[in-house]
Amino acid sequence: MSNTYDPVEVTPLHADEVGRAQADALAAIAAARDLEDLKKARLAHAGDRSPIALANREIGALPPAARAEAGKRIGTARKAIGEALAARQAELEAERDARVLVEETVDVSLPWDRAPRGARHPLTTLQERIADAFVAMGYEVAEGPELEAEWFNFDALNIAPDHPARSDHDTFFVESTESGKVLRTQTSPVQIRALLARPLPVYVVSPGKTFRTDELDATHTPVFHQVEGLAIDKGLTMAHLKGTLDRFAEVMFGEGIRTRFRPNYFPFTEPSAEMDLLCFVCRGSSAVPGNPACRTCKSEGWIEWGGCGMVNPRVLIACGVDPSVYSGFAFGMGIERTLMFRHNAEDMRDMVEGDVRFTLPFGMEV
Amino acid sequence: MKVPLSWLREYVDLPAVTAHEVADKLTAGGLKLESITAHGHEIKNVVVGRVLAIEELAGFKKPIRHCRVEVGEAAPREIVCGAVNFVEGDVVPVALPGAVLPGGFEIASRKTYGRLSDGMICSEAELGIAESSPGILLLPQDTPIGADVVELLGLRDDVLELEITPDRGYALSIRGVAREAAIAFGVPFRDPGTVEPPVVEGESWPASIGDPTACDRFVLRSVSGFDPAAESPLWMRLRLVRAGMRPVSLAVDVTNYIMLELGQPLHAFDRSRLSGGIVVRRARAGETLETLDHVVRKLNEDDILITDDSGPISMAGTMGGLHTEISGTSGDIVIEAAHFSATGIARESRRHNLVSEASKRFERGVDRELPLIASWRAVQLLVELGGATAEPGVTHAQVEADPVTITIPAGHPGRVAGLPYTRETVVRRLEQVGCTVADGGVAGVRGGQGVAATGVVTSGDLADKLAVQGDDLITVTPPTWRPDLTDPNDLAEEVIRLEGYEHLPSVLPAAPAGAGLTEGQRRRRRTGRALAAAGYVEVLSYPFIGERDLDALQLPEGDARRRVTRLVNPLSEDEPFMRTTLLPGLLKTLVRNVGRGFGDVALFEIGLVYRPEADAPAAAPVLAVDRRPTSAELAEIEQALPRQPLRVAVVLAGEFERSGWWGAGRQASWADAVEAARTLARAAGVELGVGQDQHEPWHPGRCAVLTVTDAATGEQVTVGHAGELHPRVIEAYGLPPRTAAMELELSALSLPGPVQTPAVSAYPVATQDVALTVPVDTPVAEVESALRAGAGELLESIRLFDVYTGEQVGEGNKSLAYSLRFRAADRTLTVEETTAARDAAVARAAERTGAQLRGA
Repeated sequence: MSNTYDPVEVTPLHADEVGRAQADALAAIAAARDLEDLKKARLAHAGDRSPIALANREIGALPPAARAEAGKRIGTARKAIGEALAARQAELEAERDARVLVEETVDVSLPWDRAPRGARHPLTTLQERIADAFVAMGYEVAEGPELEAEWFNFDALNIAPDHPARSDHDTFFVESTESGKVLRTQTSPVQIRALLARPLPVYVVSPGKTFRTDELDATHTPVFHQVEGLAIDKGLTMAHLKGTLDRFAEVMFGEGIRTRFRPNYFPFTEPSAEMDLLCFVCRGSSAVPGNPACRTCKSEGWIEWGGCGMVNPRVLIACGVDPSVYSGFAFGMGIERTLMFRHNAEDMRDMVEGDVRFTLPFGMEV
Repeated sequence: MKVPLSWLREYVDLPAVTAHEVADKLTAGGLKLESITAHGHEIKNVVVGRVLAIEELAGFKKPIRHCRVEVGEAAPREIVCGAVNFVEGDVVPVALPGAVLPGGFEIASRKTYGRLSDGMICSEAELGIAESSPGILLLPQDTPIGADVVELLGLRDDVLELEITPDRGYALSIRGVAREAAIAFGVPFRDPGTVEPPVVEGESWPASIGDPTACDRFVLRSVSGFDPAAESPLWMRLRLVRAGMRPVSLAVDVTNYIMLELGQPLHAFDRSRLSGGIVVRRARAGETLETLDHVVRKLNEDDILITDDSGPISMAGTMGGLHTEISGTSGDIVIEAAHFSATGIARESRRHNLVSEASKRFERGVDRELPLIASWRAVQLLVELGGATAEPGVTHAQVEADPVTITIPAGHPGRVAGLPYTRETVVRRLEQVGCTVADGGVAGVRGGQGVAATGVVTSGDLADKLAVQGDDLITVTPPTWRPDLTDPNDLAEEVIRLEGYEHLPSVLPAAPAGAGLTEGQRRRRRTGRALAAAGYVEVLSYPFIGERDLDALQLPEGDARRRVTRLVNPLSEDEPFMRTTLLPGLLKTLVRNVGRGFGDVALFEIGLVYRPEADAPAAAPVLAVDRRPTSAELAEIEQALPRQPLRVAVVLAGEFERSGWWGAGRQASWADAVEAARTLARAAGVELGVGQDQHEPWHPGRCAVLTVTDAATGEQVTVGHAGELHPRVIEAYGLPPRTAAMELELSALSLPGPVQTPAVSAYPVATQDVALTVPVDTPVAEVESALRAGAGELLESIRLFDVYTGEQVGEGNKSLAYSLRFRAADRTLTVEETTAARDAAVARAAERTGAQLRGA
């Protein structure tokens, strides 16, 4: 650092020189075509070795009176260059971003089905949905074996060995016809198991697999599924049975859908009824002549759904329940049949063959 | 039961309603409509004509006649006819031009065989009366010429086919259905069963009841001089056909007609073939009978028989014997009308696989008061239609029966319904079905020990338990045609159904709060969802397998899965067993999918398998039903049933990760099968152990045993297997190569308690990588468990990131590269702590598996 005045060395501080350096800088910045160019321009015109930076260092060599003016001149120039750099930087970055994002564009409609798709069987998920409707009403889900003792499947249900109803069951006998063992022909034996195992009152629903010796065709399968319900409490009546099934119909098929009872016969209930469901598609309108036909109920207005009734006091007695204190009702319906009308499934064979095309659309719930 | 509406109207004044309206009312009362068949509605312009002249036309391949027929018009019609069973002067039905016959067949004037044919002379078949008929229908000479044939013969009718439930045998008759129709429409009922036969002296043929448990009423009447050539009148044949029975001969038709009308099955014997007194008894050892269908039947000692001096002559209520059958020459006929044991006939019919119209009715209960009436009706018809003479006398053997009386509070039906009925309503409805109702009595059920009982016979103790106590008692005696009415609730049903089920209120009962699904039920659902989410499709295959499956799975002799339960009556003789493993059904389903063009397929099934115990009792006892069984009795039942654990299995083949534009996919392998087990174990909330094993049907080198730790003993318990299937299994089932499978017993997994919250430390993680050299056959799972055990509680996680075999680790060795993450709950770990934990882990692995730290 010298305190002597040196005219040669202060040349860079001349207004002309500073002005030229600034003009060069601005020109180079404006000429930068990309961020790389701009980086070079920044180094050349705003870096430590740039003319302006070098000029700035000479300020100390000026006479004190001249320093302020020179400093102001340099400062103005540096500010202009800095602003130009920032502006150009922003411009070029925006350009680059726009270009890169365009370059990175892909076809998002490409398939990406690398992972296999799975599904649960609709008969399983329909049983769960039905069970859930009753669980919501306070019922519990009861279970029992599929290979069952005859006493549970028939005798305790008031189906005597020689009763004509027993021969209607097309039973699979196990080991011998005298073994007392069968493949259960209905989920009703679970009623007996529930009554023997649970404290009263009992409100249970029992979905499960059942067996009859039918040949497989579009509307029959020897292995099928039922859901059975049982409620035993003090003072239960047929009106309660109706109320329960009406509620169930609403939960499954929507508001305003109700049931209709017709007299029928089941040994384990007395009185007994056949239960029809108001068609949830046409709401009964198709049964009126002149109205459009309905394929779901075949224009009958009602769909046969299952059987029900007041538990026969004989069944209660076989389970040690006093019918003079307790009464109750039971009901049952076929799951395959429910799947058929609820989901327009036309052929039961599809339900047993395991073709993935049938099952996949049903996903996780029905 | 097929019910011609015209026949029904004979006993009930039905209002002018359609067949559908009648059917709706009957259905609402419990006689469910199956179908309505309309007959004769389309027939028109068929009139009665008289054949005036017949000209035989020659020169054709078959006889052709040109007739002039008087039809009540100004001039006779010319009609060409191919039938030859009529002569000039005969009265015949004639379809005039413009007539329509059944099936919409229209008649027009036309030229045929060179002549004008201005109509058609009709046969029974052409009028829809019979399936086929050999010739023209000849009408009685006094039939008015020109009359409308449809009106005259009653061809226009609707037939209701009703489904009759097993309790309501009385409705297997026009009489029973008519009674229901009368109640439903609130109109009078003319009971055809109230005929009063004349009181006569003497027996018709000697007969007695040898076994009072088999039969409690046995009636015989006879006729002589019956004309075997007499034909059944058209009206009778028409009714039989419409009701679904085939006309046979007058004698047989009469018995069938009475059975349809009243519900009483009848049997006709050729009197000349009987020898000596008739006895109703059970069969004796070694007895046989050749029945009407020419089958010689070996009789069971429980069979109920009609016998005479020659031995059995008829199987009661099921089928008659050939020797005493009515033939084309029988002139003397004995009519049998009896009341047999319902259960006795049910057993007999089942034992001999003989279901007849008679046995159907006896099984369901026949009116005990009908035999005298029905036999008299039959005699009347045989006299009237067959020229026979009624023989004096009637044989009437009987055993005193004990009528059922049921005493209930008058309010009982209302309490069952949840809808109060007045006492008057209850009494009126019960009287409508034929009950007699008296005031007072002692609550309970009495009587009903006769042979009629169709249900469980009521013992004294059971009767007491069934009794409904209360005030305002009424004592009800059901009619003889309703043996099904034995219990208080049977009466309640009669009242409620006749008052109308549609009037029942709808009241949702307040069930007590439930506990929701059990842990096991939740787990089962989670398992299914987890496998479906992992890419498996659920199937529900039939649980039937065969010897071929056990062999195809390469199961060795003595394998527990070969101990199977056999069905007596399997659907297919090839698959008579209940499955002991889920795999056969899944594998066949997989093959089916591959065959339908889906080569990349992953399936699962959750279901029971049936595993009989070697020492289980052969039979499950059939317990009493008049009380709760004892726990010892129930235990006896359970012991006889096979164990039925819940299993889950998967099978998969083809690509488990698909190929695509992104590159190659990945073939399903043993590893996916094992991972499926891990997936479901995670869903089930259990720690699954995986070890090397050899177990059929898996590939001996690619089979994992799946284990869980027994909470009580701490031992590893096998719960399943997974891996690639044995090539021989793949060949036997025709599976794609490298098909993999997993099967696990869900029931064997203990249910997890509440998940314990892990400590989530915010202190930094310290990672240490180690590479260990072990002999190539050392299971990785063992190395990992040793590392875990040695590393101690600072270990957060461990991950195998490389397996290497090659020169650098020496022949017969493999290198396992692990990344170990350590973290403490309360501090930042020092390098020394982390290293010490790592060294301890390696030392334990060295100790247990001989692992060497590479580079050490």
